[in-house]
Amino acid sequence: MQAYIDQLIRDGYFAGMPKEVVYAVAMVLAAFIVLSVFVAPLAGVTSWLERRVWARMQSRVGPNRVGPQGILQWLADGIKNLLKEDLIPSAADAKLFSLAPYVVFVGFLCAFVVIPFGSQLIVADLNIGILYILAVTSLVVVGILMAGWSSNNKWSLLGGMRSAAQIVSYEIPAGLSILTIVFLAGTMSMQGIIKAQGWAPWDWFLFNNPFTFAAFFLYFTAALAEGNRTPFDIPEAESELVAGYVTEYSGMRFLFFFFAEWGNLYVIGAVATTLFLGGWQVPPVTSDPILLGVLQFVVFFLKAYLWVFIAMWVRATLPRVRVDQLMALCWKYMVPLSFLCLLGTICWMLVFPKGNQIFSVAMFVLGLLIVAYFFKRVVFQIRHARPELYFKPHI
Amino acid sequence: MNETAPVQSQGFYAEEMTISVGPQHPSTHGVLRFVVKTDGEVINEAIPDVGYLHRSIEKIGEKVTWHGYVPYTDRADYLAAMFANQVFCMAAEKLAGTEVTRRGEFCRVIACELNRIASHLISVGTFGQDIGAMTPFVHALRERETINNLMEEICGARLTYNYIRIGGVGYDILPETCTRITEFLDHFEPIVDEFNRLLSNNKIFIERLAGVAVISKEDAFSYNLVGPNLRGCGIKWDIRRDIPYSVYPELEFEVPVGTGQVGTLGDSYDRYWVRIRELQESCKILRQCLKMFPKGPAIAKVPRKFKPPVGECYARVEAPRGDMGFYVVSDGSEYPYRVRIRTGSFTAMSIIDKLSKGIMVADLIALIGSLDVDAPEIDR
Amino acid sequence: MLFDFANVLVFTALGLGFVGVNLLIGKLLRPSNPQERKLSTYECGEPASGSAWVNFNIRFYLVALIFIIFEVEIAFIFPVAAVFRRWIENGQGLFAFVEIMIFVGILFLGLIYAWAKGDLEWVKKVRV
Repeated sequence: MQAYIDQLIRDGYFAGMPKEVVYAVAMVLAAFIVLSVFVAPLAGVTSWLERRVWARMQSRVGPNRVGPQGILQWLADGIKNLLKEDLIPSAADAKLFSLAPYVVFVGFLCAFVVIPFGSQLIVADLNIGILYILAVTSLVVVGILMAGWSSNNKWSLLGGMRSAAQIVSYEIPAGLSILTIVFLAGTMSMQGIIKAQGWAPWDWFLFNNPFTFAAFFLYFTAALAEGNRTPFDIPEAESELVAGYVTEYSGMRFLFFFFAEWGNLYVIGAVATTLFLGGWQVPPVTSDPILLGVLQFVVFFLKAYLWVFIAMWVRATLPRVRVDQLMALCWKYMVPLSFLCLLGTICWMLVFPKGNQIFSVAMFVLGLLIVAYFFKRVVFQIRHARPELYFKPHI
Repeated sequence: MNETAPVQSQGFYAEEMTISVGPQHPSTHGVLRFVVKTDGEVINEAIPDVGYLHRSIEKIGEKVTWHGYVPYTDRADYLAAMFANQVFCMAAEKLAGTEVTRRGEFCRVIACELNRIASHLISVGTFGQDIGAMTPFVHALRERETINNLMEEICGARLTYNYIRIGGVGYDILPETCTRITEFLDHFEPIVDEFNRLLSNNKIFIERLAGVAVISKEDAFSYNLVGPNLRGCGIKWDIRRDIPYSVYPELEFEVPVGTGQVGTLGDSYDRYWVRIRELQESCKILRQCLKMFPKGPAIAKVPRKFKPPVGECYARVEAPRGDMGFYVVSDGSEYPYRVRIRTGSFTAMSIIDKLSKGIMVADLIALIGSLDVDAPEIDR
Repeated sequence: MLFDFANVLVFTALGLGFVGVNLLIGKLLRPSNPQERKLSTYECGEPASGSAWVNFNIRFYLVALIFIIFEVEIAFIFPVAAVFRRWIENGQGLFAFVEIMIFVGILFLGLIYAWAKGDLEWVKKVRV
């Protein structure tokens, strides 16, 4: 972005203005655009889509009244929550209680600084990009812990503590899986990682070697846990902890937690896409920069949203694990496995410093076969489950 | 009020936390309450607190006529109203020596087995939801909705049926309805398989339930567990088979028992699995009944002023939540002298205290779900 | 460089501002009618039995401790990871590999130690 503004200044667009002012205005404008044009509608539409997808999987209808197909449901929900009374329990620690949504929201929003939507479409390509994402998304834990503790409610406390234990534990496999990619790419910058891959699937880091292939699934599982999503949604665990750490929250403050949760889903998908799935890389079909930018954005968005959809799907399918099973899964399976993936990748790099194209293609074919088998299972499932109960798109 | 007894936990000092689970909690299946004392996530004690749904059904029995009491029995267990109807009528018939017509008996069995399927669907569905799987619950309710439609066709009500009357049933089951029941069974039997694929065979689901809250045979006897909870411990006891009533001796069906297939015998999964198997057995029974359905009147001639002779009697049936019994005393008047209801959930509730020691909060929810306790049955 | 990181600051400020302004607008619009019963702590419809601020089970803190050790070590590996490829190109790959192995090996030993001590169990069985 800086290069672009410098170019504009050189062209004499902002003659007579100090450089710093131009920069500051540009930054605020960019942040505002990202928040209002992209993040807020994205989180909102994701909330609507999740309910809709979920409903269809459960042979229900889902919200379909506000706007076409109910797509504006999130606006209605937002307005409703804005008008709701905001209660702070008299026994709670009021300051921490009202501060918690800020922390959670900032932790989630800051991740969007480094998400690369295209080769030019990035707010700031920090040289520590991926480490920065790990850092700011961890801020969410602090907010949740604050919410859980300050409510002075036992359900909130249990939820907050569960969440803290869960999120910090799953940072380890997530961090180690990300490390494998940093080793491969030799950079922590998000754009650098994408540029180290190609548009063809066999140039993606996902199919680079068997260890990154495993690391991807480790990362996605760990990210689901960090995002408090089913099957790891034990901090909210409706049937156990009433509403977990948000039990005492109401109105707008309550909404911000979920705003962050749904937005975080997209961040998970975007990071997975950047690290493993070649990011915005598109085949060289056009040289028009604007068309290319649009194409890159669409490709990146779809790849990232696929994982949001899969997270919804998983949520509709799986039960919830217990807290001790959750920790055992993390520390006894995922941490050793991700260590293995890390060391395996390093060894692979020593043996094949330039990568192994034939093997990558083979991995890609294997991946395709897995997807094909999966779809075969899904078709079998749908055939046996009376599809007329599931598909009624006209509603 | 604030009981924070110090507990030694792993050599560290920690305080015991007293939490009230219920009455307003998402997974207490009605209005129940447990006073739970925990050490972090681990439960030290869970004391059931009953009485939030007490509606003095037994006392009402002394104030209304024999016929007039039948609608009240619906409320004893609103998820399986047919069984309470039936057992009260059986008790009254036994006292008066009324003979139920043969078609009436078949109507009763058909209605009851449909009701058993509906009740078990609620049970396994909400159990899935307690474990965190939302989809199976909605799928189970979707199937139950079809049963509710069938029930509406049979007796005009969807939940509190008031169908079974002293001497038979209120309305005959029409041939069209029989066809529709067959259609439903054809549809439903594969759905059970789908349900198993979705939930019962799910790895996480099994891990959550295998070996959790194991009830030994001795405990099951000493706490007087009945129904699927008892059979889940591997004890083959079913009133329909062991103290036969109605036309059950003529029907062929199996009594599924727990085998400890994924964990220990008598764990939560066994109790759940017994219910799933019973869904299939009920389908079998329904098919046989529809095939053997005799012609004739659906209700015997019973005087409007029903006055059974002085005496007392106890009748019991196998309800979805186990052995349900009505103890009725007649003083020869139009009104019962005393009605006493014995239900399965009440005794199941009492074992929770024993089983909850040392398990986790999440397991407590699984335990309550696996015992399928039902608040109106507990408090009556 | 500074420009890039200034963006983070702007995003933080905007995030805080967004939440703040929304809550402020809400404050002007929403009703405020607090009552004693309404402000009481929710404990499933019963009066709350004591505060939730008790000496909590140590379990959660142990996990946090193990986490900190691992997270710090991972943070230390990140810079190495970023330059590892260059080392390979310079022909020092094996040397770097051994160094990383030693580092990760120590970390892994720590995990095995915690595992063997039973600190990864949620409910630790204490020998009596």
